[in-house]
Amino acid sequence: MTIPLRLTLNGQAREIALDDPRVTLLDLLRERLGLTGAKKGCDRGQCGACTVLVDGRRINACLTLAVSLDGAEVLTIEGLAEGDRLHPVQAAFIAHDGFQCGFCTPGQIMSAVGLIREGHAGTDPERIREGMSGNLCRCGAYAGILDAVQDASRGAAGQNEQREDAA
Amino acid sequence: MRNFDYIRPASLPEAVAAGQQPDTAYLAAGTNLVDLMKGGVTAPARIVDITRLPGLSSIEQLPDGGTRIGALVRNSDLAYDPAFEKTYPMVAEALLAGASAQLRNAATVGGNLMQRTRCPFFTDAVSPCNKRAPGSGCAALGHATRIHAVQGWSEHCIATNPSDFCVPLAALDAVVEIAGPDGAREVPLTAFHTLPGDHPEHETALRPAELITAVRLPPEAAAFQGHARYLKVRDRTSYAFAVVSAAAALTLDGQKIGRARLAFGGLALKPWRVEAAEAALAGQAPSPEAYAKAAALALDGAKPTGEANAFKIELARRVAIRALTLAAAGTPARIPALPASPFGIV
Amino acid sequence: MTATATPLNAAAGTRHGSSIGQPLTRRDGPLKVTGQARFSADNLPPGTLHAALCVARIAKGRVTGLNRSAAEAHPGVVAVMTPDNAPKLAQDPDAKAGPFIFRLDLLQNDRVRYANQPIAVVIAETLEAATEGARLLAPTYETETPRIGLDAGDVFTPDSVGVGAAPAESDGDVEAGLAAASSTIAATYETPAQYHNAMEPHAALAQWDGDRLTLHMPTQGLAISQGRLAGLFGIKPDDIHIESPYLGGGFGSKGVPSGPQVLACMAARMVGRPVKLVPTRSQMYGPMGHRGPTRQTLRLGTDAAGKLTALDHHILTASSSFDDFFEPAGRATSTLYASPAIAIRHEAVRLDTGTPLFMRAPGEATGSVALESALDEMAHELGMDPLAFRLANYAEVEPITGKPFSSKALRECYRRGAEAFGWTGRPLQPRQTRDKDGFLVGTGMGTATFPALIFEGMARAEIRADGTGTVELGAIDMGQGAWTALAQIAADGLGIGMEALTFRMGSSDLPNAGIAGGSGHTATAGNAIHAASQDVIAQLAKLATDDPASPLYGAGNAGVTAADGRLTRRDDPSRSESFADILKRAGRASIEGQGKAGADPAAQKSYAMHAHGAVFAEVKVDPDLGQIRVSRLVGAFAAGRVINPRLVQSQYYGGMIWGLSFALHERAEMDPRTGRFLNDNLAEYHVPVNADIPAMEAILVHEEDSIVNTLGVKGVGEIGITGTVGAIANAVWHATGVRVREMPITLDKLLG
Repeated sequence: MTIPLRLTLNGQAREIALDDPRVTLLDLLRERLGLTGAKKGCDRGQCGACTVLVDGRRINACLTLAVSLDGAEVLTIEGLAEGDRLHPVQAAFIAHDGFQCGFCTPGQIMSAVGLIREGHAGTDPERIREGMSGNLCRCGAYAGILDAVQDASRGAAGQNEQREDAA
Repeated sequence: MRNFDYIRPASLPEAVAAGQQPDTAYLAAGTNLVDLMKGGVTAPARIVDITRLPGLSSIEQLPDGGTRIGALVRNSDLAYDPAFEKTYPMVAEALLAGASAQLRNAATVGGNLMQRTRCPFFTDAVSPCNKRAPGSGCAALGHATRIHAVQGWSEHCIATNPSDFCVPLAALDAVVEIAGPDGAREVPLTAFHTLPGDHPEHETALRPAELITAVRLPPEAAAFQGHARYLKVRDRTSYAFAVVSAAAALTLDGQKIGRARLAFGGLALKPWRVEAAEAALAGQAPSPEAYAKAAALALDGAKPTGEANAFKIELARRVAIRALTLAAAGTPARIPALPASPFGIV
Repeated sequence: MTATATPLNAAAGTRHGSSIGQPLTRRDGPLKVTGQARFSADNLPPGTLHAALCVARIAKGRVTGLNRSAAEAHPGVVAVMTPDNAPKLAQDPDAKAGPFIFRLDLLQNDRVRYANQPIAVVIAETLEAATEGARLLAPTYETETPRIGLDAGDVFTPDSVGVGAAPAESDGDVEAGLAAASSTIAATYETPAQYHNAMEPHAALAQWDGDRLTLHMPTQGLAISQGRLAGLFGIKPDDIHIESPYLGGGFGSKGVPSGPQVLACMAARMVGRPVKLVPTRSQMYGPMGHRGPTRQTLRLGTDAAGKLTALDHHILTASSSFDDFFEPAGRATSTLYASPAIAIRHEAVRLDTGTPLFMRAPGEATGSVALESALDEMAHELGMDPLAFRLANYAEVEPITGKPFSSKALRECYRRGAEAFGWTGRPLQPRQTRDKDGFLVGTGMGTATFPALIFEGMARAEIRADGTGTVELGAIDMGQGAWTALAQIAADGLGIGMEALTFRMGSSDLPNAGIAGGSGHTATAGNAIHAASQDVIAQLAKLATDDPASPLYGAGNAGVTAADGRLTRRDDPSRSESFADILKRAGRASIEGQGKAGADPAAQKSYAMHAHGAVFAEVKVDPDLGQIRVSRLVGAFAAGRVINPRLVQSQYYGGMIWGLSFALHERAEMDPRTGRFLNDNLAEYHVPVNADIPAMEAILVHEEDSIVNTLGVKGVGEIGITGTVGAIANAVWHATGVRVREMPITLDKLLG
């Protein structure tokens, strides 16, 4: 018996027949929907590699039961770029060498996107460091991550100003 | 993870009815419950998903000047609610000092109160643990670590409560609103978590099938907004459980302390409110001597459970003094970049 | 030193092309930031089953029961693999055939040798079913008392430490040196067991086709893995195809296949379907190696001028009850400071833990914290500035061996690092400085060192008639940037632009490029690539210079250079011809070449080869609460030729952050009564989070080395840790006046 689950996944409406109530959002994405960008580093909410946006908010997909998300909007790393055009956070991670092995990177980037949307950190390095502390990077790319998020955050602020000017 | 029946009730009465079946757990965000299920620490047969219950997701200012926080309000939404942050700054600071942004975005107010201990002998699912397997003994007693209790423990359990949020709530006389088969009732937060005593398996005042519907801050709690701080000492700058934490709040009448509130995290199986210390501060001039005297009183009766946690008593004393000093200096206009950190200078 | 003849540029050593030295961004970047880079566990061929481990929750004894029927009855469970039915192996997994063969627990018996040892595998249609099946096995045990902690075992002298190094080395008479000294210190330092905790678990997806095995598995050593698996399964290495294009970090733990990865292969063979097995985080604490704990005693003596008269380093470490890896913590001591008498001695105990393994800067990281702390303590005893003390004992030749260094720009590292940090004027006494907020401020420094290693490696290169080229080899990118840096070497080697290069690596089907470890991969793979491309260019040059129709005809010994897809006469740059034209006229579709790299025995015999650096740290400590924050880290490193400064800087940062982690955070805790872990997770085994990271600076100090290898590169991946741990420990002392000799330095140790 399956459980019907409706999700808006990376902008597309999906109807999913969930085979097991135990399935987490992370295992749904990775093992059933072929979206392997979000990574499993600890499976216990301790590393942030599985970070995705649910209804616009960054959360740990590994601790979220998929069945509880009926009707939710989920954005993963695969849905971030517009075609070949990288999202500014993605581009900034490349420009500032904000990763080495790249395993924690999808989670870092989704977390950064969430952080910028939340709007509490701005470009303050201390607030960005704190706000990105739910994403472990064992390679130690934190300096580049900070620079990338600051850069992208500056860009986002610039866009907002432009919009305000236009209005 | 054991398989379970998943039930999503549409109303509070339906939820309570579903909760009356044996071996049932209520699921909110699941940041603690799913973790424990993955670890085999708990294995409910039925999960009642309460996240869609109506009416539990708002922050409400009450006519009497108090505030009611719905049990399903997410930690980050509460912390960043401008009115809430302004009125109860140390609660917001404690919330933002907990876990990570991702977990705070998911975790709910009710779920925070229901967090289980991080005692490794509890979470390993196999060691003797009177909390997990009543009567099996307490493996922690012979090998206490820095996480273990120095206040309120018993020979049956030396675990601590990991919540940051509950510490300022205890200091501010928060009240827990509960719904259950016998209707609604309320319990002071300081009585919500129970000390281990002879029955560490009993962790909260909740009776079977009861669930938290709201946490209420009484009108008096707002009086401390100008002088309230949460201070958390931890082994890394962020994303770490407290070694010791303290919530300190004062009202100042001219040159004197009017009322004082002080509670600790990391010391006991519940947020450790110290009313004797509060009483000693009332009417005193805010001074290092007054804080030191209160802090000494606050640690009265503290007893280590091993070599590894003896330092927490002295540390807690110093944390209390610092938290009181920071509170007296005044609540910062904005929560610091590193909330509750000693390095979070604004 | 390369096997291939190199008629071109032989005297110049190597070509300086347009790619080497450029700070290119990572070529794998776009895939990694979009989630398209396919790590091993991201694969899911049709019909794949999921496997979950059941691991021992005791550290020593025997499994007496497993509830197999409960697991088998769980819906979705396909098979339960236990010692009763596990496929028999062609080789005893405890047979020791070489230094890179580690004993594995592969369900061949019911014995338990350490906590978290695999004792069964459950294979199911879904991950959820496999995981619950493993839980339902509910093992019972016959338990013996485990030996946990450095005091728990009988002390002995191992035959060798690290990979084949002598357990003791000495030069001169240390006791006499100490007796003659005008000042001495003696101090004992402890470092805990640490776990690699690469973000990516040791996944494996195994699929058999008869006796052929296809394996998606992160590994730092493709050929080593092929060899190990071939032995265990009794098949030919060539019949094992390993794909390992991206590693989510390795740090040494993926240098050899781990037991669970072999179990995935066994499970796939048993069920006849592809099997994916990804250990949980806690299951990585045991069968994947760790950094062994150490207790190190240093005794130093100096004369009145502050010159060392004796340097004595004793190390007690631990291996498992059943295998050998002994943390070679004396390595830095044998190379860093000049002293007429040096003695290094390793002893060990055997414990009921998993076997330790190489972990980022094995030996240097643990040894350097003790050595650099002791140097600091000695400088304080003498009233000398710690940097001046190090300069006073600068090793002009390698101590003990007496060999000259192939290159050593350490003085320049000291100078540049001290200058950038603002070291001058630092108070000698501790606890002298507070910042505006009242925090204690301290500064400290440490010397960094790591050997410049090179292993055996091969590469293949090709130039095609359309002017494009291909370079391929079984190199590995675990985050260091091999996809980019090696491609830069390849492009320059072939004299083409990056856009004209097809670069392949990360697969066992390609030429064996050796292990990505020991900070030797860029040297190994890079020099192999260089040799292979030289081979191609040499053939191309011969075609052109022998051909009267070519403008290069008769260039002869004057030679030609390759750049921008053209060969150009060295003595007359106006005469050149494109690769495409040369090949077209010769009627050739392509030219292929091979190249090898490896150590040059003559150079090794004559020279000491190391990278060096100097690290400066500033810390702030809460005077009452003891909480520590590193506020600044500056490192200056000299490691030969820099292929890509952007990536090298990231490697240094990463190493320095590992140093910070070592100094302040990492410690595996075990219950000595049971041998179980108390923090086998990422919530309580702390590695730094972003908020722990200070402002950092890594200075790339220029160093040319024509001896170390053809390209002149040394390793950069591990050196960053080595000076940093000591620098931070020394800064904490300088801030507080409290000398903490037991790592990590946690706030309770500073409360006083």
